[in-house]
Amino acid sequence: MTDTTIGQDRGQASIQVPRPAAEQSRTFDWTLLVWLLFAAILVLIVVNPILRLVWESVATEDGGLTLDNYVKAYSRTRYWQALINTVVMGLGTAALAAVLAVPLAWACVRTDMPGRGFVRLSVLAAFIIPPYLSAVGWVLLAGPNSGWLNKVWMALTGAPHGIFNIYSLAGLITIMGLHLFFFIFVFTSSALELVSSEMEDAANVLGAGPVKTAFKITLPLITPAIIGGLIIIFLQSIALFGVPAIIAIPARYPVVTTQLTEFFSNNRVDLAAAYALPLLLITMSLLGLQRWMLARKGFTVVGGKGGERRLVKLGAWRWVMFGYALLVSVLAVFMPLTVLIQAAFSKAWGRGFAFDNLTLSHVNFILFEHQGAVPALVRSILYAGTAAFAALALALVIAYIVKRNLLKGGQVLAFLCMAPFVIPGIILAIGFYAAYAPPPLALAGTALIIIVAFTTRLLPIAYQNSVAGLSSIHVEMEEAVRILGGGRWLAVRRVVAPLLKRSLVGAWILIFVPACQELSTAIFLSGPKNRVLSVLIFDFSEEGKFEQLAVLGGLLLIITVIIVAIGFRIVGRDFMLRRQ
Amino acid sequence: MPVLQLKALTRTFGAFKAVDNVDLLIRDGEFVSLLGPSGCGKTTTLRMIAGFTDPTAGSIEVDGRVLSSASGSLPPEKRGMSMIFQSYAIWPNMTVGQNVGFGLEIRKIPADQAKKRIAEVLDVVQMGHLADRYPAELSGGQQQRVALARAIVVNPAVLLLDEPLSNLDANLREEMRSEIRRLHEALKITTVYVTHDQAEAMATSDRIAVMNKGRIEQVDAPYIVYSRPKTRFVAGFIGRTNFITAKREAGAVRFDGFAIPADRFSDLPGIADLTFSLRPQSLKLERTAATINGRLPIAGQVTKRVFLGEHWDYTFQPVNSGLHLKVAAAPSDVFEVGSSAVLALDPALLVAIE
Repeated sequence: MTDTTIGQDRGQASIQVPRPAAEQSRTFDWTLLVWLLFAAILVLIVVNPILRLVWESVATEDGGLTLDNYVKAYSRTRYWQALINTVVMGLGTAALAAVLAVPLAWACVRTDMPGRGFVRLSVLAAFIIPPYLSAVGWVLLAGPNSGWLNKVWMALTGAPHGIFNIYSLAGLITIMGLHLFFFIFVFTSSALELVSSEMEDAANVLGAGPVKTAFKITLPLITPAIIGGLIIIFLQSIALFGVPAIIAIPARYPVVTTQLTEFFSNNRVDLAAAYALPLLLITMSLLGLQRWMLARKGFTVVGGKGGERRLVKLGAWRWVMFGYALLVSVLAVFMPLTVLIQAAFSKAWGRGFAFDNLTLSHVNFILFEHQGAVPALVRSILYAGTAAFAALALALVIAYIVKRNLLKGGQVLAFLCMAPFVIPGIILAIGFYAAYAPPPLALAGTALIIIVAFTTRLLPIAYQNSVAGLSSIHVEMEEAVRILGGGRWLAVRRVVAPLLKRSLVGAWILIFVPACQELSTAIFLSGPKNRVLSVLIFDFSEEGKFEQLAVLGGLLLIITVIIVAIGFRIVGRDFMLRRQ
Repeated sequence: MPVLQLKALTRTFGAFKAVDNVDLLIRDGEFVSLLGPSGCGKTTTLRMIAGFTDPTAGSIEVDGRVLSSASGSLPPEKRGMSMIFQSYAIWPNMTVGQNVGFGLEIRKIPADQAKKRIAEVLDVVQMGHLADRYPAELSGGQQQRVALARAIVVNPAVLLLDEPLSNLDANLREEMRSEIRRLHEALKITTVYVTHDQAEAMATSDRIAVMNKGRIEQVDAPYIVYSRPKTRFVAGFIGRTNFITAKREAGAVRFDGFAIPADRFSDLPGIADLTFSLRPQSLKLERTAATINGRLPIAGQVTKRVFLGEHWDYTFQPVNSGLHLKVAAAPSDVFEVGSSAVLALDPALLVAIE
C-alpha cells in the first residue's frame, strides 16, 4: 500500500469513521458533593476519634471543661517515671537498631559480601515476625534461669544462676531493636543505592583513602536517611504495646503503653486520653523534625541520578562481615523461631529436644478443640483483608482526585489520609473506643470497629502507595484515551487500572500483613465476639501457655509468609524492601 | 469542512496570563504551527483546543460552533480530534494493534472493518509488521509512528501535536518531521503543531504562528515569517539577524555611518525612529565596489570572523560607524580580519519591524 491511498480516501475513507456526537455537556456540578462525601468519611474515621480523645481528656462528667485529668495523670512519680522510661527505651532501641542495620545495609548494597540475598531475606523475616511473637521467643531463650541460653550457660560453667534476664530494660531494647532495625536497613540501603561510585572516586582522586572516603563522603551522604530511620524506630518502639506488656510488666519497668492499659482497664478512658496526648505530641513533633531535616537543602544530595556503582571488594573481611550479618539473622530470626517451633511440638517446652517430649497435642488443641482459635484466625484474615481493601479503595480514589486535580480542596483530603501516620496504634484505639464504643453507635466488640480502626491506621501506607502508583502513570496516557473519544471512566478502566494492578497488589500486601498482626489497635477494641489472633496470642502469653501460643503464632506466620510469597511472585522481590 | 477559529482566547493561571487574547483562524486542511520559546503559551493554547484546559475568556469554534468558552467547554472526548503527546502516551498494556484500534473500538467500528483499517494505517506509517508487538519492545521512533497511526486512524476533524519530536535524537527528528509533512500532504487533516524548534515548524507547516508571552506576534507562511518578520521578537527568534536603528529624514533614511534614499525601500512605516532587521544571509561582502550591481555599496572593514564549516561568520564595521554587522559568506569567500571590504546591501531586504 502506498501513502496516497488514504489521502484519496479522505472524507470517504475505505471505512467510514464517524465522529462522536458532539453536544454541549452542562451537567450538575457534582464535585462539591464528592468532596463532601470523602471529607465526611475521613472525619468519621480519622478526625472524630482524635477529637474525642482530646475531648475526653478535658471534659467533666457534666459537660464542663477541666484540666483535672492531666493533673491526675501526671501527679504521681510512677506516671512520670513511665514517660521517662519510655524515652530511654526508645533511644536505646534506636541506637541498637542503627548498630545492627547500618553495617548490614552497607554490606548488602555496596560490598561483595557473600550471601547478600540471604541477608536481605533475613532482615525482611525479622520484620515479618510480629514483635510480640519474638518477645515470647526471647522469654523462652533468656527467661531467668529457665531460658535456653541460661540453661546452656549453667551447664557450661556450672554456675547456679543464668546470666541473662530478658525481663529487663536491656531485654526490652534487644527484642525491639532486633525487630525494628528493618527500617534503618531499608532507609539506608535506599540512600546508598543513590550514592554513585563516582562521588567516592572524586574523593579518592583528591587523595582520600577508602576509610576517609567512607567517613567524609559516604556516611554524610546517607546521614539523613539514618536519622530518618532512627526517628521512625524511636517512634515505633515507644508506640509498641505487645513487647512491653510481655517484658516490661514482669520487669517492673513501666512504660507509657503499659500505663495506658492500666488506666484503660480501670475504666478511666479520660485519664488514658490525658496521659496519651503527650505521646501524640512527641510523635507529631519528631515526625515534623524529620520532614524539616529532609527538606533542608544540604541534605537533598541523595536523590540525584544513581550513576554507576561498583561493589567494594572486602577481601578476607567479607567473611567477617558475613559473620556479623549471620549473627544478626540468628538473633533476630533463627533463635526465636527455633525455640517457638520447639515449644509448639513439645509436651513441655522446658524439657528440651527429646523424642519423648514430642507431641502434636497442641496443634490438635488449637485447631480442633479450642473454641476461639480458629474463629480468631479467620477473623484476623477477614478483618485485615477487608481493612486493606477499604483503605486502598479510599486512598486510591483520593490520590486520583488529588493527582489529577479534579476537585478544589483535594489537598485537605490528602492531609487527612496521611494524618493517622502520627497517631500511635494504641492511642488511635483509645480514640476509637471513646468515639464509637458508647451509644448511640455502641460499636464496642463489633467487627466493624476493628475493621474501621485498622483501615484508619493503615490509610497512610495505602495513600503513599496509591500516590506512588499513580505518579508512575503519565497523565497523557489518560488524555490519549479522552481525545480519542473515551470518557474518564473508560480511561481509568482500560489504562489506569491495568497499569496499576501490580503496584496495587504490592500495596494490598503491605497493608494486609501489618493489619493481620496488629495488636496495639486491637487490644482495646477486642471483645469476646471479635477477638483476633494477635489478641488471643497475647492472652495465651499472659496465661503462660507458651506451647499453644507457639502453635497460634506459627499459624499467623504461615499466613504471612504465604501472602508475602504471593507478593514476591506477582510484584517482584523488592517490594517490601523499598523505601515507601 | 472544519474551520478552527480561536477568538480572543485567554487563559490565566492566578495572576499569570499564559495565553493572552489570541486570535487565529485555521482553514480546512491547513497545517499551522504554534512556534515560540518555552512558557510562551503554545502548549496551553493547544490544550485548550483539545479541551483539556478551559479558557478564562474568549472562545474556540469549529465551523462556527463554540467548543470552548469561559462559560463551559465540550470535554475532549466529544471533540472528534486526535492528539499526539510529547510523551507519545502509547499504552504499555496494549499491543501496537490494540493501541491503534482503540479509537475505532470507541467508535464501535465492527471488528473486521477495524482490523482492515488498522492494517491500512499501520502500513502508512510503515509499522505493519509490528502490529503484535508491545510498546516496550519498540524504539522511540517506532513509538512515535504508533502514536501517529493511533491519531490518524480515526480520521480526526483536527490533529493536534504537542512537541512530538522533542524526545527523539537529531537524525530521527529530521526523518520524522518529513514523515509528518508527508502524511499531511496525503491526508490533508487540519493540523495544529506545537514546537519550539523553528526548523521543525518551517519543514512541516503551511503557516507558522509565532508566539511570545501568551500572544501571537505574527502568522504567516514560513518564508514570509523568515524574510518579512513583523516584530523584533519574530526576527530574533527565527534565524539570526542584525538589528539596526535609523532616523527618517527628508527623502532618506539615516543609519549610523550611511544613509539610504527613501525610495529604495519597499515599504516604510511613517514614523521617525525606525528599527530594521537585516539577515546576515542577505548581505554580501565584496573586495571592491566595482563588482556590485544593483545594490548599495558600503565601505568598511572586517573586524571578526568565525569559520563554521558550511559558512563564514564575518563581523563588518562600516567606515565612520559604530555598527557591527553580522555577515554570512560562502566558505570560498575568504577575508582577513582587519582587511577592508565593501558590503553589498539590498535595501529591499531591510525589514522595518515594530
